[in-house]
Amino acid sequence: MIRVQTDDFDIGAEVAALTDGRTDIGAVVTFSGLVRDASAGARVTSMELEHYPGMTEKELARIEAEAHDRWPLQATLIVHRVGKLTPGDNIVLVVAASAHREAAFEAASFLMDYLKTRAPFWKREEGEGTAHWVDARASDDKAATRWKR
Amino acid sequence: MKLLYFAWVKQKTGMGEEDVVPPAGTGNVHQLIAWLKTRGEGYEAAFADLGVIRCAVDQEHGDLDTPIAGASEVAFFPPVTGG
Repeated sequence: MIRVQTDDFDIGAEVAALTDGRTDIGAVVTFSGLVRDASAGARVTSMELEHYPGMTEKELARIEAEAHDRWPLQATLIVHRVGKLTPGDNIVLVVAASAHREAAFEAASFLMDYLKTRAPFWKREEGEGTAHWVDARASDDKAATRWKR
Repeated sequence: MKLLYFAWVKQKTGMGEEDVVPPAGTGNVHQLIAWLKTRGEGYEAAFADLGVIRCAVDQEHGDLDTPIAGASEVAFFPPVTGG
């Protein structure tokens, strides 16, 4: 399941909804990303998340489908926030549920690595009178290449 | 054909989207960019370094060689930074 929203999310509620009434799930791995108050040594007071409506949902669905092709997953969830966020706010939530932990751990990592390098979101950081678009990180590209096959 | 621009590409072109009719013979993304760059300083600035430009054709990731014949939507943006 994919959601792009301005609203916050509640990790506990999301996991409960995903596993509600199911007895085939033995492992749930969640990852959540938050806004930091510093980036490359500079203070961050707020962040604006832009995205490409339409393609974002399609790309996230493609990434999710790919995870289901690779691992035996009972359920997955990707929630990504857009709009204005401040330090401490949730940005992203990935949940992978499987019968056993290995698939859940790996799928959650894969979903995040592909989301970070393929899903059309862009961060603009603001702090102390300045604002700039965040540069993509080579380490994120490198992390994604480990899933190449 | 609808063109969309995001993040600093949008700032440099000065618009989020526009409808264009590229000249006949504009076959791929690279040729589309070459034509756009003739349309003004904003475009020249946005496409000055193609190494940091990413594109999508009809909402799927593409590259400079991706054909645009029959495409209804082409988007240009910097490398993504979500998550």
